Parts: sequence; structure tokens; C-alpha cells
Amino acid sequence: MIELENVAYSYGGGELLSDISVRLQPGSFHFLTGPSGAGKTTLLKLCYGALLPTAGVLRLFETDLRGLDRDQVALMRRRIGVVHQDCRFLDHLPLADNVALPLMVSGREVAQEAANLAELLAWVGLTNRADARPPELSGGERQRAALARALIMSPDVILADEPTGNVDWEMSQRLLQLLVELNRMGKTVLIASHDLQLIRSAKTQVQARVLRISNRRLQLAGADL
Amino acid sequence: MWVAVKGWLASDGQADRVVPPTGFTANLTVFASAAMAFLAVFALALSLAAGRLADRWAEELARSATLRISAPAEQMATQTEAALRVLRQTPGVASARALSQEEQAALLAPWFGAELPLDQLPVPQLIEVIETAQGYDTAGLRLRLSAEVPGAVLDDHTRWRRPLVEAADSLRRLGLLSILLITGAMAAMITLAANAALAANGQVIEVLRLVGGQDRFIARAFVRRFTLRALIGGCVGMALGVLGMALLPQSADQGGFLTGLSFQGAGWLFPLAIPALGAAVAFAATRYAAGRVLKGLS
Ligand SMILES: Nc1ncnc2c1ncn2[C@@H]1O[C@H](COP(=O)(O)OP(=O)(O)OP(=O)(O)O)[C@@H](O)[C@H]1O
Ligand SMILES: [Mg+2]
Repeated sequence: MIELENVAYSYGGGELLSDISVRLQPGSFHFLTGPSGAGKTTLLKLCYGALLPTAGVLRLFETDLRGLDRDQVALMRRRIGVVHQDCRFLDHLPLADNVALPLMVSGREVAQEAANLAELLAWVGLTNRADARPPELSGGERQRAALARALIMSPDVILADEPTGNVDWEMSQRLLQLLVELNRMGKTVLIASHDLQLIRSAKTQVQARVLRISNRRLQLAGADL
Repeated sequence: MWVAVKGWLASDGQADRVVPPTGFTANLTVFASAAMAFLAVFALALSLAAGRLADRWAEELARSATLRISAPAEQMATQTEAALRVLRQTPGVASARALSQEEQAALLAPWFGAELPLDQLPVPQLIEVIETAQGYDTAGLRLRLSAEVPGAVLDDHTRWRRPLVEAADSLRRLGLLSILLITGAMAAMITLAANAALAANGQVIEVLRLVGGQDRFIARAFVRRFTLRALIGGCVGMALGVLGMALLPQSADQGGFLTGLSFQGAGWLFPLAIPALGAAVAFAATRYAAGRVLKGLS
């Protein structure tokens, strides 16, 4: 699904990520961890083509992103569900429209997907908040809405950047359950998180590999996690 | 065509909503488009009226000058002969022809009735002179005539209109130039407004890209918006301009330039092209601006 070969990235200064090689198999469940500023978000951005590696090769669905133009990358992104660390909503649109945004930009008739949308909102427990604007939502509601938006196009891959960033333990457990459920449905899941407790609790529910960024490189974390 | 336009208007209500509405700048765009359309109506009217005037005057210019020969009856024939000879030798005279008795009678009939015994009255003989495009040297001709045909009077009263025709022609060109300038100003204004809108919505554009929006989709949201605003403004401005034209005092007489400024006949249909032109300009300008900005953003 997603394949990195000796990938390196730098924002212009020194290299932030070096020599990263990893392959996310279909249906796998990965955590990406590391201290704040280690480059977790950066690595995810590389994975959905928001950044291009400064060295090495990155393949998405067997396609090298370097050869693609902006519009082709956009098409690629429709096949990946991303939960952004800061959610990235359009504040002037109600929650339901924000969740439906990927449908709108891909030219699909939202009205025809109404049942799908309602089902998804119910699944993340936001049915009665459908008309609220993003600024009116609580942290947990925002995270669930972001997850719903990531799923509306039925992607095969889900990349979640700190999906439990600013929610309490109970809510983070609930979000984790949603992601585990998706993985059981066959989706490939990659979660960036520095919440070790969450990762430990996940490992009791699903076969998850934990990748850690340390000293610019990616390592497989040991059994202690 | 209509189906395509309707589809574009309807299905992209969706695309339109993803960009936040901006009441104030939207109103400014509509207002500026209306003002441009209003001005364009007058520039168009000016140009059309100047054109009509130029045509009419040019036509009158092309008509003959008149040579009048007043001489005692017994000399009339010889002087007419002499005058015709002089005229034929004058460069710039295309043709010269003495009017027949019947023609002269017809000219006088409105004043004196049809039964005028022309042959018994000392009516001057008229010679119709038609000049070439270059025209002849009036002063020189007068000099020769006074020497060789003492009874001849050259009446070239239409010649003084030549500079007027040129003025009317320039006025028509100025009118057309104004329309071009208004179109250019409109394009510049829409480009500026679209640039501002695109810059102000950088965050929105980024989010749209993150969820898989292609440039085409993002541009369309802006293009549609500015095209519609220009169309609405153009219609309002054009309607007001045409109303202003319709309220101008009409004068049926061949009359002055001012009273003839209004549109005539099918000319009333020309202003309909103004909102369409405005919308087309807005469409192209926003497309251009969006293309540039979207290429610039990462
Ligand atoms: N656009 C950018 N330009 C320059 N430097 C950047 C940019 N984005 C991130 N960085 C830097 O790159 C480093 C890694 O950032 P990144 O967001 O990937 O970290 P992270 O592991 O996700 O951290 P956190 O756990 O706090 O989210 C940080 O030092 C950050 O300041
Ligand atoms: Mg991060």
C-alpha cells in the first residue's frame, strides 16, 4: 500500500528524517511514535503526498509520487483517509458538510450519498451535531468528525495524526475502538501518537506494530510497547 | 449549450459553498460591474450615433456642388457651354451636367407650383458638379470661372462639412476605444478582486487540496462566483444605462447630435451584449487569476 525506500526529508536545514524504509502491508495496523518534534507529522505528510521526499523513493499504491502532478496527487489522496492533527475543517460549513467535503471536491452528488453520510455520523456518534459549525464542537467531537471525514470516501488506508490528541481517556478509547473496528474491516491503519498508554491498550485488541522515530531514523519498537 | 450552462450553474452550487461567502467584496464587484456596464452603454451609444452622423454627412458630401449661371437669356447657352468646358478641365471634378428644364422645374415646384412657365422666367441655369474623392481646388475654380464665365456662382455649401465628418469618425473611434478601455478596466478589476479572494481563502484552498480537490474544482468555485457577480452587475448597469437612454428627449427632426444620441431600431439590442461581455471577461480574468494563484501555492 505505502512503501518507503531510504526516504529522507529536510525542511531546508539539516535532515529531519533519514534513510527511512518501511512497507505498510494491506490490512496492517501500525503505530508511529516518537518525541514531539521527531517528525511524525512530517512522515505522515510524506505518506499522503503533501511533501515529497528529499531523497529515496516513496510509492503509494505502487505509484512513485515524484512523477505525478498536483491534480494526480489529488486523485491519490481520495484513496487515503487522513485525520489531521489539527483536524482542518472549513469553519463556515456545518459539520455534516465538512464530513462530506471529500465527496464535494470529487464531484460526487452529496444528496445521493446522504444515507452513507448519516450512517457514518451515527457510527461516530455525531448525528445530533450534524448542523453545528466546527468551532462549536468539543475536542472529542472534532476528532470524531475528522475521522468521519477521513472515511467518507471508503479509503483503503487510514492515516491518523494524534487522533486522541486532546480528548480524555474514555474518548481516546472510543476513538481507538473505531480505528480497530476499521482495521477488522480490512483497512490499513497508521496512527501517529506519543500516547504510550493508548498504544499499550491497543496492542491488547489488535496485532499492531509500533514504529518509533528516534535520531531521525525509524525503528521497530521492542516488546515493551 | 443551455444544458451545459444550466448544469454548470446547478451542480456547482456545491462547489460554490466550499468558499465562504463574502458579502462586502461581493457587493463591490457587483457595483463595479454595474458601473462599467452603465458607462459601456453610453460609450456604445456615442459610438453608434457618431457613426450614423459620419455616414449621413459623408453621404451629403458626396453629393454634388452646384454651379449657378445667371445670365441674360441670349448668353445663357454659351455661358453654360463655357462653364461645362471649364469644369471638365478642372482636376477633381468627376462629372458636370447641366440640369434640364424639367429637372429645374421639379426643383422649383415645391415653391412655385408645377405650372411654372420656366422658359419665360429669368431662372438661372443649374449645373450639377460631382467631385472625385480628392475634391477640386475651390479657389482656383472660382478664379477661372470669374474670368471665363462671368455669370457663374459656385455653391459648394457642403464642403465645410468635411472636417465635421472627420470629427464624427474620430468620435466613433473614441467610443469604440472607450468600450475597449472599459473592458480592460473590468478585466483588471475582476483580476484584482479574484486575487484578493484567492489570497484571503488560502486556508480554505489548502483544506480543499488536503481532501483531494483538484485545481479545476477549486478554481471553479471562484470563477463561478465572479462570473455570476459580473453578470448580475452587468445586467443592472446595462438596464439603468438603457433606461437613461430611453429617457433622453427624442427629436424626430434630422436634428442635432445630442437628440440623436439614443439608440435607434435594432441598435437597442446591442446593449444586451454588454452583460454577456462582462461575464465573459470575468470568467476569463478569474480563470487566469486562479490558475496563477493555484500554481503558486505549493
Ligand atoms: N513547514 C515546516 N517548515 C520548517 N520546519 C518545520 C515545518 N513543519 C515542521 N517543521 C519542524 O520539523 C520538526 C518535526 O515536526 P513534526 O510536526 O513532524 O513533528 P511531530 O513529531 O509531529 O511533533 P508533535 O508530536 O509535536 O506533533 C519540528 O522541529 C518542526 O518545527
Ligand atoms: Mg505532529
